[in-house]
Amino acid sequence: MSSNQMKFLLLTVFALIFSLQVHAQNMVKGKKIYEAKCLACHQADGGGVPNMNAPLDGASNVVGNDIARLVRIIRYGYNERVALDGFYYSNAMTASPDLKDNDIADLLTYIRNSWSNKASAVSVAQVQAAKKKK
Amino acid sequence: MYKLSNLLLACAFAFTLQAQENAGLKLPAGFSATLFADQIGAARHIAINEKGVLFAKLNYPNKAGQAIVRMEDANGDGVAEKLSGWANYGGTGIFVKGDKLYASSDDAVYLYQLDAKGEVVNPSAPKTIIKNLHSRRQHASKSITLDPKGNIYVNIGAYSNACQEKDRTVGSKGMMPCPILDSAGGIWQFDGTKENQSYPEGKRYATGLRNVIGLDWNNTTNSLFVTQHGRDQLNTFYPSMYTDAQNAELPAETMYEIKEGDDCGWPYVYYDPFQKKKILSPEYGGDGKKEGGASALDPIVAFPAHMAPMSLLFYKGNQFPAKYREGAFIAFHGSWNRAPLPQEGYFVAFVPFKNGKPSGEWEIFANGFAGEEKNKGPRQAKARPCGLAEGPDGSLYVSDDSKGAIFKISFNK
Repeated sequence: MSSNQMKFLLLTVFALIFSLQVHAQNMVKGKKIYEAKCLACHQADGGGVPNMNAPLDGASNVVGNDIARLVRIIRYGYNERVALDGFYYSNAMTASPDLKDNDIADLLTYIRNSWSNKASAVSVAQVQAAKKKK
Repeated sequence: MYKLSNLLLACAFAFTLQAQENAGLKLPAGFSATLFADQIGAARHIAINEKGVLFAKLNYPNKAGQAIVRMEDANGDGVAEKLSGWANYGGTGIFVKGDKLYASSDDAVYLYQLDAKGEVVNPSAPKTIIKNLHSRRQHASKSITLDPKGNIYVNIGAYSNACQEKDRTVGSKGMMPCPILDSAGGIWQFDGTKENQSYPEGKRYATGLRNVIGLDWNNTTNSLFVTQHGRDQLNTFYPSMYTDAQNAELPAETMYEIKEGDDCGWPYVYYDPFQKKKILSPEYGGDGKKEGGASALDPIVAFPAHMAPMSLLFYKGNQFPAKYREGAFIAFHGSWNRAPLPQEGYFVAFVPFKNGKPSGEWEIFANGFAGEEKNKGPRQAKARPCGLAEGPDGSLYVSDDSKGAIFKISFNK
C-alpha cells in the first residue's frame, strides 16, 4: 500500500467515524424538529401511544440498521398498521415533504440518541441514498 | 450519608405502603378499593353476571392465549381467586344479559351461553350474531350494549380523524359529503338474537359520531347514551388558527342522549366547551368561530378535550350514597393529544343525574390510576381506566387495558 493510498484510507475511516458520531449541534436541531412535528403523537417521552402511535424510545426498528426505511417513513408518511416489538399501532402518519435532507438527518440522529436510545448518527448522504431507493 | 440513605429508605417504604392502600387509588371519603385482579392482559370492557362473576374482553389474547377472562371471588375478600378464560380473538365489547354473554372482535359480535355457575358452555363455538363490520385500523373497536327489548347497539367508529381526503394530512380538505358515514361514524342497531347479521340487516341508529367507545342504556329515560372521542390535532394541521394551548382544550369530549335518527355532527363540526357552540371544522372552512351543524345534537355533558371516555355506566344499585344513584360513571383512558402540555384524564369521573338529566357538574370520582398526577406520555401511566361494571352488590369495577388490572370500588357504610 503506497503512502498516498494509506492517507486516503485513513481519511476515509476518519470521515466515516466523524459522520457517524453524534454531534451536539445536530441533536439541538433535531430536537427542535421533533418538538414541532413529532412530539404531538410520539410524545415527550418518545413512548408513543399504546395501540395507536408507535413508540420511538426502545423501539428495535428505530435504533436498527435500516436507516433507509426510517427516512422513507418520515418523508412519505406511513399508512399501514405496523407491528413493532410484539404490539400493533394503527394511526396514520402524515408525510413531511417540507423537511430537507439535512433536517431528516438531524431528526433521525436525535431520535436514535434520545431517551434510552443509543445508535449511530444519520448522515445527509444516507438520507439521499434512501430517497433514491423509492 | 448513612442516615440520609436510611431516611430515604424509610420514605420509600412509607410511600409503597401508602400506594397499596385502596390499590393506589384516590377515592371520596367512605370509599375503598381492592385490586380484584392484576396482569390478566389488556382488559378493555368488562361485564358481570347476577352472581358477581366478572368477565373481561381483552384487546388481544394474553400469554395463556385467552381473550375473554372469567374472574370469580368465591370467598368475598375483594380479590378474584378463580381465573380462567377462552376465545382467541382480540376486541373491546362485552355484555352479559342473564345466561347470555356477548363479546366483540373488531369486526364481529359473538354470543356465548353461560351455565348456572356462570361457566361458558360453548367456548369454541359461539353463535355469530353480527359479522363483516368495517375494521380499518383507526377507531376499529366495537363497543356493544343491549336495550331491554333485546336490540343490540354497536359502535362503528370512523376510520378517520376528520374525514379529510387524506387522513391526518396538512392542507387536505374535508370530503363533502363525508363518504365514511354510510357505514361507519355512528351507532348501528341489530337484533340481539339473530345470527349472521351485517350491514343489510342492521339499521344506522345514529350518525355523526367519530368514535364512541362508552355507551349504556338508561332505564329511567329508556334511551341510549354515548360518549364520543372528539377529533385530534387542530394545532398540528391548522397552526395559524389554533395554538398548542388551544388544541389541548379543544374540542370537548362529549356525552349525548341518542334517539333513532340523531346526528351528532362529525366531521363537519366539533363542540367548543368555552363558546358552548358547535363550531365548523377547519377542514370544512371553519376558522374556530364560524358555527355549523344546525341540525346536529348538542351534547348533554362536555368534558375537557382528549381525555378519551372509554366506558359509560349508569349506576343502578344502592350501595353508594344517594347522590350517586342513577348517575353516570365515565372511565377516562387519559389523553395523548394534549402534548406538549401535560396529559390529563387517567381517572373515573361522575355526573349526577336526576330524572334522566344531568343535575350538576361532573367531578372526579376515582383518581391515581396513572401513578402520578401529570405524566409526559400515556406509556408511563401505571394503569389506564377502560371498562366499568356494576356488581350485584352495587360495587363498581374498573378495568385497566395497559397492565391488565381490575379494581373493585366499594362504599363502607
